[in-house]
Amino acid sequence: MKYDRILIRYGELSTKGKNRKKFVDKLRSSIVDALSRFPGIKIDGQRDRMYVILNGTDAEAVVNSLRNIFGIQSFSPAIKVDRDLELLKDAALELVTSIYRDGNTFKVSARRSDKTFSLDTNELNHFFGSHILKNIPGIKVDVKNPDITLQVEVRSEAVYLSSENFAGAGGLPSGASGKAVLMLSGGLDSPVAGYLSAKRGLELEGVHFFSPPFTSERAKQKVIDIGNVLASMNGRFVLHIVPFTEIQQLIHKQIPENYTMTATRRLMLRITDEVRRRQEALAIITGESLGQVASQTIESMFAINAVTTTPIIRPLITSDKSDIVEIAKSIGTYDISIRPYEDCCTVFVPASPKTKPKKEKVEFYESFVDFEPMIKEAVDKIETLILTGKQEENSLLENLF
Amino acid sequence: MIYLDNSATTKPFPEVIESYAAVAANYFGNPSSLHRIGMEAEKLLIQARAQIASLLDVNSSEIYFTSGGTEGNNMALKGISRHFRSRGKHIITTSIEHDSIKRVMEQLEQDGYSISYLPVNEEGFVSVDDIKKLIQNDTILVSIMHVNNETGAIQPIKEIGKLLTQYPKVYFHVDGVQAIGKTLLSLREYHIDLYTMSAHKFHGLKGTGILYAKEGIKISPLLAGGGQERDIRSGTENVAGAVATAKALRMQMENYKNQFGKMLELNKFIRSQLESMDGVIVHTPVNSVPHIINFSAEGVKAEVLIHALEEKGIFLSTTSACSSKTNKVSKTLLAMGVPENIAESSFRISLAYENELKEIQEAMAVLNETIKWLRGVMNR
Repeated sequence: MKYDRILIRYGELSTKGKNRKKFVDKLRSSIVDALSRFPGIKIDGQRDRMYVILNGTDAEAVVNSLRNIFGIQSFSPAIKVDRDLELLKDAALELVTSIYRDGNTFKVSARRSDKTFSLDTNELNHFFGSHILKNIPGIKVDVKNPDITLQVEVRSEAVYLSSENFAGAGGLPSGASGKAVLMLSGGLDSPVAGYLSAKRGLELEGVHFFSPPFTSERAKQKVIDIGNVLASMNGRFVLHIVPFTEIQQLIHKQIPENYTMTATRRLMLRITDEVRRRQEALAIITGESLGQVASQTIESMFAINAVTTTPIIRPLITSDKSDIVEIAKSIGTYDISIRPYEDCCTVFVPASPKTKPKKEKVEFYESFVDFEPMIKEAVDKIETLILTGKQEENSLLENLF
Repeated sequence: MIYLDNSATTKPFPEVIESYAAVAANYFGNPSSLHRIGMEAEKLLIQARAQIASLLDVNSSEIYFTSGGTEGNNMALKGISRHFRSRGKHIITTSIEHDSIKRVMEQLEQDGYSISYLPVNEEGFVSVDDIKKLIQNDTILVSIMHVNNETGAIQPIKEIGKLLTQYPKVYFHVDGVQAIGKTLLSLREYHIDLYTMSAHKFHGLKGTGILYAKEGIKISPLLAGGGQERDIRSGTENVAGAVATAKALRMQMENYKNQFGKMLELNKFIRSQLESMDGVIVHTPVNSVPHIINFSAEGVKAEVLIHALEEKGIFLSTTSACSSKTNKVSKTLLAMGVPENIAESSFRISLAYENELKEIQEAMAVLNETIKWLRGVMNR
């Protein structure tokens, strides 16, 4: 049986009142991005459904590309049939026959959104069920735990038949909730925080602090690789790489050792906030999880957070490490994050950082230097990469594989 | 030249050689070096590993680069048995394994392990029930080849994997050297813990191979040293070989997807030709990869036929290439109960996806004539 379309259900989205049109448009554009390598397909978006018209494209390949798109609750490969009982009968039988294996059971699950159709739900179930029973020898009905569920959906324009339901990634469509910047270190937590935020519809741009020669090209590459994973979920991912060496050295010189970590975090946050302002984003996302390291005690967060009033979203704040690892594995960032290179957070870590820093003290220590011009300079010298999620943009390298 | 000895080795894809040369020349760095030249090499290694993992539908962290099938098999068997020696010393394998399994088992036997060898039926298949009967409290490992190198028979790996899920302390190793890209494989679904592959069997280069070892599996390394390949296989990584292997595997998998139908056609044709010849017996059972066809030509001295065909530009082999020099009779056929005099005159045709019907037709015609001619000469 050749499916001719894939039916996409929105779930939560359908309830969003006035914003719905915007959400549906965002979802459509994510789907267009994700399916850009299939030139034949067409997308037909409606109020409460979307259809990917296959035009001969392999349904399985399209199904795999739809699995990771945020904002889809579930989807099913389907066939569109005219509202003619004879045609419907044949198409339903052909569909079930194509997936039937010896000993399988089935049920019919009909729905009628158009109440003017000549048969009601019960009659539809009976109509298709008896035709299949009659024509496939050995098949039995099992309404509780069937191997095959024939879904029949009667709508005003046509009837849709399907037999498989795939769970979508859930959440809200990419970009539907506006834009935020993500502080990306290369560790395990920040990519997971990014994933969870993107799932709630935030468009993300990443900020990474790079301190050559104290941190290596490899540490930077790690972040680029993570960015590419995030890009594959969102269609693309903009990554800002901030040159941080000078500021870090200055902190090292100026601030008492047990406060360097707190001051470093505060400056990173100030720089990130400046990037946020320039990129017209409205929030900052971090991978902080309460109590994990010295900078993530509640006292540290209070002292660090004091540099801005921008909302800081910490999706992982109450998560246990094991849960974070679990998600990192499932989204494919774990293997990248565990590569053992120093990032800027680990190199300058003092032997015994304050776990309960005082905001007043760190402000006092910082007051001897004017960091503002250095922040501006760092932001001006940012290297911005636009990642598309492809493994390697370099065509020479691509030929090697 | 019509080369029909692809289970001995394959001709490398030109694209694979190009990749190897380009990487060896331009990315010669040591992946462990801290500087950029090292990093570029490391990037290629990471990408090669990721591509192989994705083709096999597993994680990058489960892929280890080796020097080939023999090393992969040694690593898996010795690595598991050494690591779990305190848990038990009983291992189950088959009587038709490749020498790189068989000889390792003999070594392990000398080290005090006890090995059970599964028989095969007349078609060359092991039985899942036999395995079940052999499992003891101290069994640590079951090692079964996926596809037999001499007959092409596909062992019931999926069913064995399912059985072994009931014995969580028994590891499951599969020698997949002749199977990869030739038959269905789902490492996860089949519950395989370790799977050996060799690149030169799928148009990659000699001296390169892959061992899959499921996440969390502990094996003792054969080679101690700098701790490469996550401490399992020390020695500076062969980056060019790894990239070439990744490319060869991709191309082989594409061929499997697109050319398998053609392969079935070729197999059907060869079988029908062989079956129409007098005194020719096909040993390869139906449930085999289409690439391998093993047959005997009664009354024909094996080596003579090989050389007679060679003169006409057709290359096939007697039994598995590695053991054919020692002039021994096929162990697999004997284990299947084939009489020795028949097994002595057995041959193997092994195909590659690049073979075309036209050359196969030609080869079969020559084979037919040559067998007739030899019988005439030798029976005089």
